[in-house]
Amino acid sequence: MTTTETINTPHVSHMHKVETFKAEAKGVNLYYKDFHALKDISLPIKTNQVTALIGPSGCGKSTFLRLFNRMNDLIDGVKITGEVMLEEQNIYRKGIVVDELRKSVGMVFQKPNPFPKSIYENVAYGLRVNGYDHKDSIDEIVERSLKQAALWDEVKDKLKKSAYELSGGQQQRLCIARALAIEPSLILMDEPASALDPLSTAKIEDLIYELKNKYTIIIVTHNMQQAGRVSDYTAFFYLGELIEYDKTKTMFINPQNIKTQNYITGRFG
Amino acid sequence: MNRKRLKIFEKVFGVVLFSSSTVTSLTVLFIIVFLFNEGIGLFNSTPVEKKYQFIVSNNNTVKELSSKQLKDIFNYDITNWKQLGGSNDSILLFTINDLSTYFTDDELGANFEYLPSKINELIKKNPGILAYLSDKYVPEHLEGHVIPLTKISIKDFVTGTEWYPTSEPAPQFGVLPLILGTLWVSFGAILIALPLGLATAIFMAEVASQRLRNILKPVIELLAGIPSVVYGFFGLVVLVPLIQQLFNLPVGETALAGSIILGIMALPTIITVSEDALRTTPTSLKEASLALGATRWQTITRVTVPYARSGITAASILGIGRAVGETMAVLMVTGNAGVIPHTFLQPVRTIPATIAAELGESSYGGLHFKALFALGILLFLITLIINTSVELIKSRKRS
Repeated sequence: MTTTETINTPHVSHMHKVETFKAEAKGVNLYYKDFHALKDISLPIKTNQVTALIGPSGCGKSTFLRLFNRMNDLIDGVKITGEVMLEEQNIYRKGIVVDELRKSVGMVFQKPNPFPKSIYENVAYGLRVNGYDHKDSIDEIVERSLKQAALWDEVKDKLKKSAYELSGGQQQRLCIARALAIEPSLILMDEPASALDPLSTAKIEDLIYELKNKYTIIIVTHNMQQAGRVSDYTAFFYLGELIEYDKTKTMFINPQNIKTQNYITGRFG
Repeated sequence: MNRKRLKIFEKVFGVVLFSSSTVTSLTVLFIIVFLFNEGIGLFNSTPVEKKYQFIVSNNNTVKELSSKQLKDIFNYDITNWKQLGGSNDSILLFTINDLSTYFTDDELGANFEYLPSKINELIKKNPGILAYLSDKYVPEHLEGHVIPLTKISIKDFVTGTEWYPTSEPAPQFGVLPLILGTLWVSFGAILIALPLGLATAIFMAEVASQRLRNILKPVIELLAGIPSVVYGFFGLVVLVPLIQQLFNLPVGETALAGSIILGIMALPTIITVSEDALRTTPTSLKEASLALGATRWQTITRVTVPYARSGITAASILGIGRAVGETMAVLMVTGNAGVIPHTFLQPVRTIPATIAAELGESSYGGLHFKALFALGILLFLITLIINTSVELIKSRKRS
């Protein structure tokens, strides 16, 4: 399964196509001061697939998600061991520039959090902070990102208007466009639809389905139906441990672990 | 029984609360009414003490004289009635002290019994005369007429450039130099305090560790607790000589010294209010910025500070408010020269410093006294505008 094995036994790779992962956690432990929040987690994130992280509140799924753009670094007293690979590089190695890393990982948050700027400037923000200031190509990228986020038709005539004039669902799609503008290789979504109405949620889910063609997505969700609808793979977390990981279809029809089964069927959570 | 006692207690408690707030409101109202009542009296009164008169020849066509014109006449800056719109006669100034240059003691009589007729004679003989006389020397059958003086108007008060409230016979109540002095010193203070205060606020809200913040916060609050006279003392002994040496000035008591001291005094307000404003920036916005690859510094300048903009504006206006009203420290270090300042290296005089310095020497109910109260009104209005604009900015942010 690991790369070392494949190198040692080259003939195997002829028989089974070697799977490359966009990202991978390898034996990750995370502590908040004395609290052991993630316990020895190893999980692959497959390229151009949607991986859903599910589990009850406080199980560590959001913390796990935030490993991939090192947002956990912002919290005092966090200690991390193990390796987190992105494009086959350990992003927790010494000497990595965290700002640079974050440019290649887009993130969409639980509540829509556009900046108090215009719609246009929201999308252009990631480009501007990264020293990109060629106006024509920014125009182009803004348009492309808004189209990818299925928002262009709704906002193309009011790009200079404040982002706060948009509805909640539109704001969340704007936040997705903002994340897409920096062309990330991985997109993290932390319960992106939990603050939205069913119609807006459906739009976000359609969008995730579309984006899968170009991007690799990890999504944290509380909503079992949503996980079932949008994801290809599902990982079930419980009390900081990864209980089960499988293809979503397999896991939802035939969970191996009794805890997973109880959670999916709604017996706790 | 117990319930009844509780009810009575609650009623008493309610009355106590009500009367406390009533007393407070009434006190504030009383102070404002008192201020306006005393200060308004300055306007529409003549700028000369009541028992004196200015008398001119009957042929004189000038309608009235202003305090400013009187001062110019007494300083011989105006020497001909033509300059005041009258006939071409040079002005002959006569006060009771000049008596001996015109008349001998014999002419006046042993008991000054001929004085009125002699004065009449003088007025009749000199068409250009301007006699400044106490009521008791004004002849009964006056051969000339009393020239009325222009009443002090609000416009003259605010736009007048000279503040000589005790000058004789024509005091000058122009407060423009004092207004400008106050604004210069306050503006300078904010120029110094805003960058420094904002930087400290950003450091405390965004950069400093919790431990460092726990040390810094009380230190800044301590700064707010130091009595202003101590700041003034420090300014006078340390800052003033330093400025004098540094800029090679005749005196170190300058607007700059006042601005620096006031800037230091305004720092706690600016730091505390802007830090609170910076802290209201939602974490999710900062995270969104960081997640897009922005550095911490980019996040501060592009997200945190713009979000807190109205709070920071409020902080600086409050800081100006603190500076405008500050009295003691400014009085001690600014040199108190009532002239319109042109650079920060000149002495200036502020409104509160003027009131504090002069109220003791003004006579109760006199013109000078009233003028100081009028200055008080002016100061009150300035701070009222400042506080109102802070409230407006705050409410605009809420909506």
